[in-house]
Amino acid sequence: MTGLLSLITFAPLVGIAAILLLRFGVKPSGAGEPAAGAARWIALATTLAVFALSVVLVVQFNRADPGFQFVEDHAWFAGLHYRMGVDGISLLFVPLTAFLMPLCIVASWKTIENRVLEYMVAFLALEALVIGVFCSLDLILFYIFFEFSLVPMFLIIGVWGGKNRVYAAYKFFLYTLLGSVLMLAAILAMIGIAHTSSIPELMTFKFSPGLQIWLWLAFFASFAVKMPMWPVHTWLPDAHVEAPTAGSVILAGILLKLGGYGFMRFSLPMFPDASAHFAPLVFALSVIAIVYTSLVAFRQTDVKKLIAYSSVAHMGFVTMGIFSGNAVGEQGALYQMLSHGVISGALFLCVGVVYDRMHTREIAFYGGLVNRMPLYAAVFMLFTMGNVGLPGTSGFVGEILTMTGTYKASTWTAVIAASGVILSAVYALSLYRRVMFGEITNAKLASISDLDWRETAIFAPLVAATLILGVQPGLVFDITQASVDQLVAAYSAAIGG
Amino acid sequence: MDPKLLVTIILFGPLIGAITAGLFGRRIGDKAAMSVTTGFLFLSAALSWVVFTRWMAGAIEPFTQTYAPFIQVGDFVSNWSFRLDGLSAVMLVVVTTVSSLVHLYSWGYMAEDPDKPRFFAYLSLFTFAMLALISAADFMQLFFGWEGVGLASYLLIGFWFKKPTANAAAIKAFVVNRVGDFGFALGIMTVFWAFGSIQFAEVFPQAATGAARTWDFAGQNWDLMDLACALLFVGAMGKSAQFFLHTWLPDAMEGPTPVSALIHAATMVTAGVYMVCLLSPMFEYAPVAKNIVTVIGAVTALFAATVGLTQNDIKRVIAYSTCSQLGYMFFAAGVGAYQAAMFHLFTHAFFKALLFLGAGSVIHGMAHEQDMRRYGALMKFMPWTFGVMTVGTIAITGLGIPGLEWGFAGFYSKDAIIHAAYMAGGAGHPMGYFAFAVGILVAGLTAFYSWRVAFFTFNGHARWTSEDLEHHWHNRDHDHAAAHDDHAHAPVDEAHGDHGAHLPHESPWTMRVPLLVLAAGAIASGFLFHHQFIGAEQAEFWRGAIFHAPPAHGGAAHEAPEWLAWAPLVVSVIGLLVAAYMYIWREGLGAKLAAQRGPLYLFFYNKWFFDELYEATFVRAAKFLGDLFWKGGDQKVIDGLGPNGFAALSQRLGRGASRLQSGYVYHYAFVMLLGVLGLLSFALAIAAWG
Repeated sequence: MTGLLSLITFAPLVGIAAILLLRFGVKPSGAGEPAAGAARWIALATTLAVFALSVVLVVQFNRADPGFQFVEDHAWFAGLHYRMGVDGISLLFVPLTAFLMPLCIVASWKTIENRVLEYMVAFLALEALVIGVFCSLDLILFYIFFEFSLVPMFLIIGVWGGKNRVYAAYKFFLYTLLGSVLMLAAILAMIGIAHTSSIPELMTFKFSPGLQIWLWLAFFASFAVKMPMWPVHTWLPDAHVEAPTAGSVILAGILLKLGGYGFMRFSLPMFPDASAHFAPLVFALSVIAIVYTSLVAFRQTDVKKLIAYSSVAHMGFVTMGIFSGNAVGEQGALYQMLSHGVISGALFLCVGVVYDRMHTREIAFYGGLVNRMPLYAAVFMLFTMGNVGLPGTSGFVGEILTMTGTYKASTWTAVIAASGVILSAVYALSLYRRVMFGEITNAKLASISDLDWRETAIFAPLVAATLILGVQPGLVFDITQASVDQLVAAYSAAIGG
Repeated sequence: MDPKLLVTIILFGPLIGAITAGLFGRRIGDKAAMSVTTGFLFLSAALSWVVFTRWMAGAIEPFTQTYAPFIQVGDFVSNWSFRLDGLSAVMLVVVTTVSSLVHLYSWGYMAEDPDKPRFFAYLSLFTFAMLALISAADFMQLFFGWEGVGLASYLLIGFWFKKPTANAAAIKAFVVNRVGDFGFALGIMTVFWAFGSIQFAEVFPQAATGAARTWDFAGQNWDLMDLACALLFVGAMGKSAQFFLHTWLPDAMEGPTPVSALIHAATMVTAGVYMVCLLSPMFEYAPVAKNIVTVIGAVTALFAATVGLTQNDIKRVIAYSTCSQLGYMFFAAGVGAYQAAMFHLFTHAFFKALLFLGAGSVIHGMAHEQDMRRYGALMKFMPWTFGVMTVGTIAITGLGIPGLEWGFAGFYSKDAIIHAAYMAGGAGHPMGYFAFAVGILVAGLTAFYSWRVAFFTFNGHARWTSEDLEHHWHNRDHDHAAAHDDHAHAPVDEAHGDHGAHLPHESPWTMRVPLLVLAAGAIASGFLFHHQFIGAEQAEFWRGAIFHAPPAHGGAAHEAPEWLAWAPLVVSVIGLLVAAYMYIWREGLGAKLAAQRGPLYLFFYNKWFFDELYEATFVRAAKFLGDLFWKGGDQKVIDGLGPNGFAALSQRLGRGASRLQSGYVYHYAFVMLLGVLGLLSFALAIAAWG
């Protein structure tokens, strides 16, 4: 079915249009915002529709075909093309995005009370842009989606964020801008040399090894910031702490995956020699990220910062797996990205639950919540275990495969990464203990309430996803296998391995 | 019934029970949740004995039943499956028997706890994970079960979540086990890349050729089989609380006592031994790894026994005893006597679960006092408990008559281990005689500390008063929230009602029945099964599940000397007599010796200072580095040179730019948008012309 990808990508625009009509149809009024309720429902309906379409996409996807499917190619202007398509590597990010979005809308239902219309527009725009990133098959188009996806995120943090949102937005902006400029220069160079901006064509184009080094570094600058990799990770904890809950969910769940996706879509296939050349550097940065940020996470006093640092550590497994260059590592990296999208999103939602009630994320404020919130305790425990990579949860599959894949390339890297598995247990379980276990000593918590039905409804699909992906990873590998095998074969052939 | 169906019911019954009690416990009520879980466990246990007896009769062939794929990427293929062979058949009865009895026992022991459905759900969840572990046909399911039992252990140690010590112990158990799993995981990776598979059935046949291979790992060149087995053994050390990774097990006694019996004595902690036996086709080609196993096992046996001599908490003594007995199993496996290791695992499950549940009965009757210095003269108040504890003590100390070939359970299995170590030494195993010497010495220590527990508790003069007990119950009444010393038990049963003195009391039948069944096992499990496990029928019993490499040089099997059969008995009796002297005939001598605080006593009493050592090194280093990286690395260096440095620089360069950091947020959005648009139009222009 051609046009499906465009339909999915631009469907959120329909929701945006509807909300904007609302904006101009109803007289703007201050606090009450009568249109807010309608805007919420429109956003929810839109995101659910997009999710339904993404399910159709997955069902119709031909798993045996390693190439791009649902391809659309229209001449645009001045020789530019609008090209869309997905393969096994990009496909699953579409349902992941579409899965998290409605949950974010529901999670913001009551917590966002000012500028609701704008907020919903920002989320819908974000959805369209992010899905566009994963579906573009043209460098220019990719770049447009990739860069513009930051704008709504930037606004979400800057407008609906916490006290230090300006500093956080500034940091976010500064890091990202640097990467963007370099990547753009590389894109221009590539188009100039290859005379095409088509991603499939560029994947078979052979850049000279010397040039690859520069192009690889330029792309790396952008993707490393997005992941984020050590040492360009410090924007992430600040951004998370200031972002509203749903913003954190999308940031951790999806935006961090743009970097990993970029490595698999561009760096590995287009600059294989440079990728092999720089793999040791990536391994080093990955394991530093795993150990360093795990230790930093252990010492945090803010729940969200702790989880943010743990995200950096988990992304270390992804980068390591990608540059292992073998199928086990690549599959593990892809899996880790999907799994982390679900689990870190869920963890940020868990933080949101208590933040909404108490308006603080200070770990020391809490303690003994299990006494009042048994259901919440069970849910939080499950995602904590997912975060530490317990077998049976989706977190395990990605970790063990990325480590196994990396072992083939570098045993030292695998050894150090495996020690991160110990550290993740340390910080995650001590967080859980400090927040959940013990007696309630803080009088303010004495009447805190357990999950309500709306929150339960948000967590139910996330719980299901964590467990199902934990015991039946084949659901994902069936889809990704052909494309990953092709990627690995091409990469191995290119580097003469 | 088809054995494949049988094992499927055995495996999934406890899971269904766990899910029912865990998810719907509040709705269906305590009784229903307890009945469902206990019912499924007794079903599993009954069917396990069916499978086991049919296995012994040769009516079942080994098989692997596959349910569904697990992780399958290229050659990395694992399935959800059930592997039945001699080893898993033994473990089936061990796990389900002890677990079902512990479920029943908990009806009495946990009677007053407000969270019964959660407790029973965890117990059943543990049982499921343990069954998944023993029935794995590949390394991934093994690892799944391995960490799954770790999760259940974590949840159950921390079951009384209000108690800070319990929470700390739970985390410690999980983290130390993760240290073991770190090695385990690297071992699995080594196996995978060396042999191209993680299926036991595909890896084992390649082990012989692997012995000739070397392997690059972490910058060194190693003998492949030694490296793989040593790494895998690190996992076993964690799970089975062996030297260096043992520190979590004594602390795990913070959990309710039924948990200690099931998880931290009879089943989970034996998983490491099971793993080494299961992987015997690999370990047989890893001589260095086998030496490591032997030495670690022997050192653990000695270390834990010495610590056990001095502890006063009844559960901690038994915990160190477990640690020590696991050491026996490991050095048996290390010298190649896998059958003896498995036999001791089997008999130990009965008598150690018995000792723990007996201790639980004492604790229950003594208003949750665990300090043996406050016990004494309990024989007449708890005759049943006294009887079964004595049986358990005889069993662990291995009393029996070598000439008649009759004795309690430990007599068969422990003596077989000591015998095997001696024979291995004679056959040239470099660590054989060392293990043998340790085994004999520790047999004496075992007898001493085990009888010390028995005499200290049941004999002599009462070192408690009814006021003490009343005080305990009183505290419990008025401070119910903190009533989690050992278990949440409110003072409602008849022995300490509102009339008469507060006296120690015997436990209800739900607790006595499991004790009696286990006592029967502690008496007879050695006598009944030694022919199968280690005797004439062992080949038909194991049917290839345990592998022995053909000896490199056909050394003549030498005869065991006459005294060898008597040596363990003699040291055991000496231990018994010393204990009787110190705690019955010269009552108070033990306390007097302890009060002198000799250096050796303090060394043992403080557990060789391992906790202090780890606290001073690993824990403090982690905190120090965490703070250093956070406040130094991230905030000073990275942010200082990066965004903050940039901001400071731009501030110095011009006022316009200084507004970057203080301006209104929309400005940034706008600037960013402009930037992107500008870059993009530039790009489009270039592209159009290019």
